[in-house]
Amino acid sequence: MAPDKGKVMQLFLEQLTNGLAVGGIYALIALGYTMVYGVLKLINFAHGDLFTIGAYLGLTLLLSLGLTGHIGSAAGILVLILMVMGLVAVIGALLERAAYRPLRTSPRLSAVVSALGASIFFQNAIMLIYGARFRVYPHDLLPVTAISLFGLTIPVMRIVLFGASIVMMTGLYLFVQRTRTGTAIRAAAIDQGAARLMGIDVNRVIMYVFLIGPALGGAAGMMVGLYYGQINFTMGWVYGLKAFTAAILGGIGNIPGAMLGGLLLGVIESLGATYISLAWKDAISFIVLILILIVRPTGILGERVADKV
Amino acid sequence: MRLRIENLEVKYGNVRVLKGLNIRVEQGEIVTILGANGAGKSTTLMTVSGLVKPSGGGVYLDDVPLHKLEAHHIVNLGLAQVPEGRRVFGTLTVLENLRLGAYTTVDKALVGRNLGWVFEMFPILNRRSGQLAGTLSGGEQQMLAIGRGLMANPKILLLDEPSLGLAPILVKSIFSTIKAINRSGVTIVLVEQNARLALKLADRGYVLETGRIVLEDKAEALLANPEVQNAYLGGMH
Repeated sequence: MAPDKGKVMQLFLEQLTNGLAVGGIYALIALGYTMVYGVLKLINFAHGDLFTIGAYLGLTLLLSLGLTGHIGSAAGILVLILMVMGLVAVIGALLERAAYRPLRTSPRLSAVVSALGASIFFQNAIMLIYGARFRVYPHDLLPVTAISLFGLTIPVMRIVLFGASIVMMTGLYLFVQRTRTGTAIRAAAIDQGAARLMGIDVNRVIMYVFLIGPALGGAAGMMVGLYYGQINFTMGWVYGLKAFTAAILGGIGNIPGAMLGGLLLGVIESLGATYISLAWKDAISFIVLILILIVRPTGILGERVADKV
Repeated sequence: MRLRIENLEVKYGNVRVLKGLNIRVEQGEIVTILGANGAGKSTTLMTVSGLVKPSGGGVYLDDVPLHKLEAHHIVNLGLAQVPEGRRVFGTLTVLENLRLGAYTTVDKALVGRNLGWVFEMFPILNRRSGQLAGTLSGGEQQMLAIGRGLMANPKILLLDEPSLGLAPILVKSIFSTIKAINRSGVTIVLVEQNARLALKLADRGYVLETGRIVLEDKAEALLANPEVQNAYLGGMH
């Protein structure tokens, strides 16, 4: 019985690490939803497509820089991810200017419709540029593809991606908690009027949010390409919905909540797919969404301090 | 520094909220604006701070037309507001709230001095500096809102209903603090429902009715005015 027990444990740990890697990706996307919602009370439905753009730009960079063989080091991949982040951030800021800022004082539904329109626009633009077929990321980017740890085989890519998402999340958390600009973002999310009375340029804060969120989403897109190897112009839809679920799970508008929700959802989905049924993988995520909305609509960390009068 | 509000008109949609307001505040004064709910008092302050754009007339700080500036540029000119309902940032700490008050101040030494001044004025804020603002009592939140306004190092401080919802004893202490702030050289514009207290504190007062100034006088004169007594002071015998 002993070896069986070992195998059971090994499978569990493998799926756990897989869940954490995927969860890190969900968390990065979820941060974009939650930050935009925090400041504008808007669900940026085009966010999933910014994620897709990240995946395609990552592919373009890999191919055009001729980096189809070994990049040689994880650092190389990280540099590429940073480049993708910068590009997608610019697209995100342009999206805000073009699709959301003109509607800032309009009824909220107008901005939601505009977001859906932007999503359709991006999806079709990607399809026209890159084609509707699946595109394949070059594999063997890292010289060593797996390492063994306590009898557990973990692909190096999984560790690199999980590490990258943790580094980005920690960086964001420190930025938002410790810096003057980060505090301004939190203040604008609580009360825009009061923030303006403090001398905070709320338009600028919104621009920062639309730089940071898409940057993280774009990084996540490239990470999915690296992890699964193939990408498609509609991939942003499912990932967007899952990350949105993760943001709700953690408490929408709450930054640590999005991180926690993403990691949790990745693990739940991975373990669910293993122990319940692979076919139910997506269904499990959305069952989680429904349960959260019924049982605890504010999410895990979404409890607000009561305002005293 | 002198604040001039000239023929100020504000519309919310088709509703004219301010219909040609003229108010003048000289340096070092405490000026109070009295009026019933909906008279346009808060709108006046919000327009001065740049959060509401006028449809006519203007607001001038010395000769700077504030109505042409964005709100975030106005604070830096030395004009801060403590808004109605305090509006502290509930999920930020007391210290973070205070530091946000000095958001536009570049001089770190000045921020440090002002923080010391605020903590001296409200020692409770020092003791609770690490606490979330939303966990403070109403009176403490009002102190925080005032302290946050002072962190901007204002020459002119606009106060909107600082007594709202506070116990009488707290109101007294808040008002004596306002007096002390004024003595330290800050010009005060005070909007209040508690007309008696406001007039006792102020040098001059304006009475606002449905978007128009109907009375303007020295505070003692307004206190003695029978119309004011009937309408805002509940009658004095």
